Amino acid sequence: MERIVQQLINGISLGSIYGLVALGYTMVYGIINLINFAHGDILMVGAYIGFALTSIFDFPFLPALLISMLVCGLLGVIIEKVAYKPLRGGSRISALITAIAVSLFLQYGMMYFVGPESRTYKDVLPGTQVKVFGTGAVIDIKSLYIIAITVSLMLLLQFITKKTKVGKSMRALSEDRDAAELMGINVSRTISYTFFMGSALAGAAGVLVGVYYSTINPLMGATPGLKAFVSAVIGGIGIIPGAVFGGFFLGMVETLVSSLGGSLFKDAVAFLILILVLLIKPTGLMGYKNNEKV
Amino acid sequence: MTKLFSKQNLYKTIFVITVYLTVMLMMNSDIIDSYLFLNLVSIGINIILAVSLNLITGFTGQFSLGHAAFMSIGAYTSGILTAKLGLPFIVGIIGAALVAAFAGVLIGGPTLRLKGDYLAIATLGFGEIVRIIGLNWDYAGGAMGLNDIPRYTTWTWLFAMIVITVVVISNFISSYNGRAVISIKEDELASTSMGVNASYYKVLVFSMGAFFAGIAGALYANFFYFIKPDSFGFMKSVDILVIVVLGGLGSIRGSIISAIVLSLISLSLQGIPSLRMVIYAVILFVMMVYKPQKWFGKLKRTIRKEA
Repeated sequence: MERIVQQLINGISLGSIYGLVALGYTMVYGIINLINFAHGDILMVGAYIGFALTSIFDFPFLPALLISMLVCGLLGVIIEKVAYKPLRGGSRISALITAIAVSLFLQYGMMYFVGPESRTYKDVLPGTQVKVFGTGAVIDIKSLYIIAITVSLMLLLQFITKKTKVGKSMRALSEDRDAAELMGINVSRTISYTFFMGSALAGAAGVLVGVYYSTINPLMGATPGLKAFVSAVIGGIGIIPGAVFGGFFLGMVETLVSSLGGSLFKDAVAFLILILVLLIKPTGLMGYKNNEKV
Repeated sequence: MTKLFSKQNLYKTIFVITVYLTVMLMMNSDIIDSYLFLNLVSIGINIILAVSLNLITGFTGQFSLGHAAFMSIGAYTSGILTAKLGLPFIVGIIGAALVAAFAGVLIGGPTLRLKGDYLAIATLGFGEIVRIIGLNWDYAGGAMGLNDIPRYTTWTWLFAMIVITVVVISNFISSYNGRAVISIKEDELASTSMGVNASYYKVLVFSMGAFFAGIAGALYANFFYFIKPDSFGFMKSVDILVIVVLGGLGSIRGSIISAIVLSLISLSLQGIPSLRMVIYAVILFVMMVYKPQKWFGKLKRTIRKEA
């Protein structure tokens, strides 16, 4: 019983980080149909900004998180303007390779500046162990903080997309771009907002990954990036609640597989689920079907 | 029906034989030392990989991000056949090609129903699964990799395999089947309604591409003594795709040229290891956004017009 509760909390906190990153993937894909491979590396940049702020400048956790989100958001906007905008309307493959080029640029550029070695995060969140009433399970309070932060960010995003004007124009754009443009929506500005929000979430996730695993390195973005991408596809890429669902789902499955003794194969299981989902329901578990018109 | 012994084919044969003999001569007279030969081998392997991926992505329009996985399967098959079982190289190559092609049918059968980005994602997942299985497969060395593979790859083997790959694929493309394949890329719905069995051709092409990628893997394993699963990860698949896209989707000659050019670029960057990948990323970016490779095409056309 204790172990189940413990694994459940671990799965949820891991899944919430995946979900946070997956949201960025899904928003960008929904709006410009691009798999933004650089997204995982924005997470890495966020982790380094958080590291610099907390360890070198002694910022407390919350301001560090907010500054990291802001900087990553701006970075996302710049990347879109410089790299993706010239290719808008071009071929899918060139856009994808450009995204990979941006990802390599961020990884190795960061490695050039900070060196390839890993760094250790300072303990910025209280790392006390708490007992869950009645079950005897002991969990790290860090996981609870992470869950609380990610869930509130997700709620904030939900509010923005559903209730504000920016959110409405984002949804309109992903529904039908031409029609949205005819209605007077500024496409470029909306895309910038989308990149800002997605990248800010990745930045927040970066700081959280740093706090959770406590070591960071310039290539750390690749694995959570791919996993988050898998979560986005599992939930249905382009669908915001789907990304959150996919993230939690994947986090739970991974902790389940690890706790059953298959930790070496947990990545393979994630990709196997990805392929199965694609084969059974390519638009994702929460997706809807779009029929091809002749 | 074109003649087999046309003037063009004669010129091509003469060109191929000249290239082969020149390099052979240069190797015998030590102009090409072992370091240069190593680079020649990686260029050759890249040509095979790029041409075979071009068949899948360029001609058939099926977007694959898992081509390195087939290379990995080929490399491991040939490695086990030649190193563990002590069989000759030809068995290793054929085994590698067949096992890779079989894997192509196995993975292509279900996934090729997917389109565009979804197929890319599925093949990416497949590549990662192959890598992780390799990492956990103790018989083949696991994460440590497979060692002591005999070095059988010579210039003759390499060149023969390149020629076979290019000849088979370009003949396939200009055949009846090739036209069917190209029609799938142009418009799958239209070609299906004209009676083309799209899924049959897609799987066929996918396993053909895997077949040649398997050969490339065998050449790789039997040249570098040592293979490990991480050499055939996602980045290797991306490298191959980059060669194909830069050379032009659906252009075999372009694939060959861009395999050579990109290998030379990455070779010339080896002097500055810390910035190598950054510069590589910038070059990729510039080539995708500003497409300087198109200028060469334009230049060639204007020269032709004036001549």
